[in-house]
Amino acid sequence: MKLRIKYSKLGNLRFIGHLDVMRYFQKTIRRAGLHVSYSKGYSPHQIISFAAPLAMCITSDGEYFDGEFEEISTSGEMIDALNQYGVEELKVSECVLLPDEAKNSMSVVAASDYMITFKALTEEESSGRMLEKENVTNIGNIETDDTASENAKHILECVADFHSQSEIVILKKTKKSEKEENIKPGILKIAVKDNGIYMLLSTGSTYNLKPELVMEALCQYAGISYNFFDFHIHRIETYMEDENGDLMPLYKAGRNF
Amino acid sequence: MRKLALSDEILMSIEKPARYIGGEYNSVMKDKEKIDIRFCMCFPDVYEIGMSHLGIQILYDMFNRREDTWCERVYSPWPDLDAVMREKNIPLFAMESQDNIKDFDFLGITLQYEMCYTNILQVLDLSQIPMKSENRKKGDPVVIGGGPCAYNPEPIADFFDIFYIGEGETVYDILLDLYKEYKHSDMSRREFLIKASNIPGLYVPCLYDVCYNEDGTIADFGPKYGNVPEKIVKQVVNDMSSAVYPENPIVPFMKVTQDRIVLEIMRGCIRGCRFCQAGMIYRPTRPKKVEVLKHYAEKMLASSGQEEISFSSLSSSDYESLYELTDCLIEKMNHEHVNISLPSLRIDAFSLDVMSKIQDVKKNSLTFAPEAGTQRLRNVINKGLTKEDILNGSLQAFLGGWNKVKLYFMMGLPTETYEDIEGIAELSEEITELYFANIPKEKRDGRVMVTASASYFVPKPFTPFQWASMLEPEEFVKRAYHVKDRFRAAKNHKSLKFQYHEADITILEGLLARGDRKLCDVIYDVYMSGQIFDAWTEYFHKENWENALSKHGIDIGFYTYRERSTDEILPWDFIDIGVTKEFMKREWERAKAEQVTPNCRQKCSGCGAAKFGGGVCFEAKN
Ligand code: SF4
Repeated sequence: MKLRIKYSKLGNLRFIGHLDVMRYFQKTIRRAGLHVSYSKGYSPHQIISFAAPLAMCITSDGEYFDGEFEEISTSGEMIDALNQYGVEELKVSECVLLPDEAKNSMSVVAASDYMITFKALTEEESSGRMLEKENVTNIGNIETDDTASENAKHILECVADFHSQSEIVILKKTKKSEKEENIKPGILKIAVKDNGIYMLLSTGSTYNLKPELVMEALCQYAGISYNFFDFHIHRIETYMEDENGDLMPLYKAGRNF
Repeated sequence: MRKLALSDEILMSIEKPARYIGGEYNSVMKDKEKIDIRFCMCFPDVYEIGMSHLGIQILYDMFNRREDTWCERVYSPWPDLDAVMREKNIPLFAMESQDNIKDFDFLGITLQYEMCYTNILQVLDLSQIPMKSENRKKGDPVVIGGGPCAYNPEPIADFFDIFYIGEGETVYDILLDLYKEYKHSDMSRREFLIKASNIPGLYVPCLYDVCYNEDGTIADFGPKYGNVPEKIVKQVVNDMSSAVYPENPIVPFMKVTQDRIVLEIMRGCIRGCRFCQAGMIYRPTRPKKVEVLKHYAEKMLASSGQEEISFSSLSSSDYESLYELTDCLIEKMNHEHVNISLPSLRIDAFSLDVMSKIQDVKKNSLTFAPEAGTQRLRNVINKGLTKEDILNGSLQAFLGGWNKVKLYFMMGLPTETYEDIEGIAELSEEITELYFANIPKEKRDGRVMVTASASYFVPKPFTPFQWASMLEPEEFVKRAYHVKDRFRAAKNHKSLKFQYHEADITILEGLLARGDRKLCDVIYDVYMSGQIFDAWTEYFHKENWENALSKHGIDIGFYTYRERSTDEILPWDFIDIGVTKEFMKREWERAKAEQVTPNCRQKCSGCGAAKFGGGVCFEAKN
């Protein structure tokens, strides 16, 4: 039986890599005593596969993996078991049974949406920054923070005009060459929301647009120098296309059991 | 959300941030307000190595069972983070709370190998704790060291307040209780240390004086005060089966060196190989009951979700219930997909049977540790393995489908001749011959491969070879080339491989292993010249050591190449490991006379360890 499991990756665990998350769930499944299927041979491994990997430092409420199971109980019981034997920052929120013919999550991903918040506009700064400041006596800090929040406000003001451009061209650097690329088709939605920016972007094998690239383009448009650490990026959900070509969250491909 | 000591910018600018964020499953969080003692356990090497160490997991679990104590962990920041922390003046922090270590009550450092000594200074320095014990005051953490290298603590004596000699499970509770008394009263640090020195097994180096003869040897060593003990007696767990053991081991997020459950099946070794320090300091041999082990295996696999289990002991083949234990685990393997990784076993019908059940014979190699190339030299080192054992074992393995064999040797052993090292090539060649003679062409699947590797022998304290001279590195390399030539010239050279260890690092290991207090200044200067991670070839810089040695007028040969007289006062003589110096002398003589000494189960040799009142010494009497 093929299940699709949705989980969050939050807090400090934004600093563990994709492979570490996979290893974590393999062990959690065993601790929770769930009957996952194994491959054959001398070193059998669990038959599970993960959807679109998340870059480090980004948090998410919309991560997925699919797994083949020998035995299942109910969605609720399996979610509870995984959370009871897991850590808080990797919480499971959905567990659905997929139809037999369902394609795996990795191959169906079409889009993801994100919420970008500005560290200068949220009161709570990461404690590491505070600690660092305690150690450095720099009176200029307060001023710098003021400029940062003004810059953030300016970026927010630019969002609508930025999106209304007919083309959004950026210089994409690869190992071999630099080429210009119009990323506008990848931006399905972008809007200001609660002092931050909401964006829905193409994700997956057809066209993959990273939120940090959009932010870079936006900063450039606003005439403000781009720094990844000025914002926090949070993925809200990962989507696939339904039979009509409309976007739906990946877990809607299955049903609760 | 748990705070982080490092900012996003820093964590994203270094390799593998997961090394520093903590939060692993089964790691212990406690409410600081309800805690009296903050203990930080340190493994002075990178996270992946430190997390693989069993001893820390045992102590972490033991300390955290105390309600008044919170034990956390710290590892050496990798050079990339090390540089950032220095530049930004960020103090070193513990994994769990991310609090600064300088605010802890204890910093416990495990001493597993000599080449981590500069990393100890790195940890102290980054923590912003005074590096030398004499500069610490009440309110600074108590820095305590333990583990195999604590059996000669003198080269690092200046940096520690206390050394714990022996097995950690025994007297820590007494020390922690004494510490609470000290913390909550006006007891001075000195007074506390004197009281601590009276707890069995604890050595407080600042309370002892050393005088030297003109030739550099020790003239006198002893306590400065009447109320400080002269001898430190090693602490031993008598009943291993009831000793504490971590049922809920920490499960790292990132891949670590030992990514598996480790079951300690036995402490100590009956064999008495004369080069082996562990074989002496962990005497007497104490097996755990097989029922207890089965219980732990079950519990630990369930609570960690690990997919692999391995055994820890010095010689698993000597564990009498090994059959029963592996059978039970193979059962589990078939039902619950648990992989078993076996330590090197003595090769016989039983072990080959077990191995063929749990691994792919084509992919895996069989390991022998003859340690020396000829029977004569194997007698000198008291390694009971004979050529017949090796040849028979290899033959059975070839018939069972294996075609890769690994052989471990040492070079530079006492009394070694060129004939002995040529024996390494001859034995390896003979094994390939055996293959060609016994495995018919149509059954040969892939090429037979015999890989011999030679390490550079380091004489260690508390072994019968503690008086022996170490080979000079140039001679070691010369001998290695000689053996390499033999391998090249061999008839079956395409099936033979020879490797040998780096000599530059090993000679320093030899220096530190049998060093005295004069080396503290050397290590300090080496560290101050920027040297850390000596055990990592890419970070090891020989010049840093050469400069510091010449600055202090230290002749490396005095500590390494010189054969010591058995009358000489050795830097570690004040420690009583139970095994007597008389026994060591006897064994040193027997070694030179090429005489083998029977193992503890064949015949007790009266080494002295029976005084601890347990283990193999009393097996026959039970
Ligand atoms: S006293 Fe005898 S049996 Fe006990 S460890 Fe020593 S040699 Fe072995």
